Amino acid sequence: MLTKTIFSGFGGQGVLSMGYNLAHAGMLEEKTVTYLPSYGAEVRGGTANCTVAIADEEIASPVASAPEFIVVMNQPSFVRFQNLIQSGGLFFVNSSLIEAETVRGDIEVLEVPATQLAEELGNTKVANMVMLGAFIRKSNVVSIETIIMGLKETLGKSKAKAALLGLNNTALKTGYDLL
Amino acid sequence: MNKSLMSGNSVIAEAAIRSGCQCYFGYPITPQNELTEYMAKHLSRREGCAFVQAESEISAINMVYGASLTGARAMTSSSSPGISLKQEGISYLAVCELPAVIVNMVRGGPGLGSISASQSDYFQATRGGGHGDYRTIVLAPASGQELADLTQKAFELADKYRTPVIILGDGMLGQMMEPVEFHQTIPKSLPEKSWALKGAKNGASRVIKSFTSNPAELEEINWRLFRKYELIKREEVEYETYMIEDAELVVIAYGMAARIAKGSIKKARSRNLKVGMLRPITLWPFPSEKVMDLAKTIKHFFVFEMNMGQMVEDVTLALQGQGEISFYGRPGGVIPTPSEVFRIISRQYYQKGLNR
Repeated sequence: MLTKTIFSGFGGQGVLSMGYNLAHAGMLEEKTVTYLPSYGAEVRGGTANCTVAIADEEIASPVASAPEFIVVMNQPSFVRFQNLIQSGGLFFVNSSLIEAETVRGDIEVLEVPATQLAEELGNTKVANMVMLGAFIRKSNVVSIETIIMGLKETLGKSKAKAALLGLNNTALKTGYDLL
Repeated sequence: MNKSLMSGNSVIAEAAIRSGCQCYFGYPITPQNELTEYMAKHLSRREGCAFVQAESEISAINMVYGASLTGARAMTSSSSPGISLKQEGISYLAVCELPAVIVNMVRGGPGLGSISASQSDYFQATRGGGHGDYRTIVLAPASGQELADLTQKAFELADKYRTPVIILGDGMLGQMMEPVEFHQTIPKSLPEKSWALKGAKNGASRVIKSFTSNPAELEEINWRLFRKYELIKREEVEYETYMIEDAELVVIAYGMAARIAKGSIKKARSRNLKVGMLRPITLWPFPSEKVMDLAKTIKHFFVFEMNMGQMVEDVTLALQGQGEISFYGRPGGVIPTPSEVFRIISRQYYQKGLNR
């Protein structure tokens, strides 16, 4: 088994954090994982993306040329990545910020109003966790329990961050129960 | 389980600290900045250790030169254009027989090039790189775990042979995160270096220098270096083979390219193509004897690199006219896919009639 996922959105939407949490959970489940952030002359407010590979065997390349799953959090990412996705793949779309419809008829589009749901929870910053919850439900690459367990570590030990654990868990569950 | 999910750059830094690295000198350049950042955070706080963000790459390598003279385990890191600037210092380290670890997370070249991963510094790393008749040991990791293990090995080899050691990675190995387990703990003390300059304290003074106006003396120094390099060639060659037992075609690749090739070979094997791989882990010394040995039973070699063909010259030298070599490369920081390399491999396989 080898699955690759691209997460993409604005810088600041927690796109890299979504990928990192997924890769970390994969590691906790004793799978082989790679996490490759896009790097370069990135600008504030520009697009950010990362690629996560999870497998039962050695991973040859951390790059995804035709991934099974793509998660897009904003319109420019939608435009950039919709043609990359594998035929039959799942396309997770943050429908709060993306109005466009895909031209692809051979993929499954899953609309998740992540930003809106996060706003209802009181903080738009957890839109990424709402989306990650929905992603885990449909992709099934790791279990939601592992993600929740891993979040304790990845959030860090500082008091300010630990205080956000509850909100992040709620966001994850909200997304998970949506689809 | 004690695994951590870390970027390759951070892995090298953590492994260096655990290998007893006492001094780090660096100057920022993408795609290796996380290494300097990690050292700033973790090494600078350790007692008896030094972290300096130098004003230039040239300055940083000369700080390594100075620190190494005093017997400290010292390292620097950079990426291609920055490594070019360090070459003068590496040449000085080599002739003065000083241990040092130099990390090159290669990016596309020539010139300022691109910031994407490449393997275009093979020649520079394996041929000495700077002026004069010298070599450096070159280690080529292909995974996060190997970055950790080879960093420790680099410090050990540098001390053992009193020579600069290059860790030749690439931008992708540096940026990518993988689970890593660190096996070593920070050593309480390191073996004494009797040659180090620590102040004569009323004893006889020692001199370590790189200049002599006497050609005969310099010739002897060159012979001494040569004998050391011959010893390293005999003792320190390291490589990995993969599905080579019944192979009709052997892929030779290192680092990230070897990893991509492995994916291609799995595809080839699933279609009953007998393809294997030789992955040099030390690029210098190059596993020439192993290549020659393989040529006794295997006739077709396929070299794959993320450049226009550099290691292929070492393979050609090793084969001494035996066997047939083909080459595929992608320069400039383009990352080929396992499917792409599989297509090239299978084309070669059928064109040469190996399926018959």
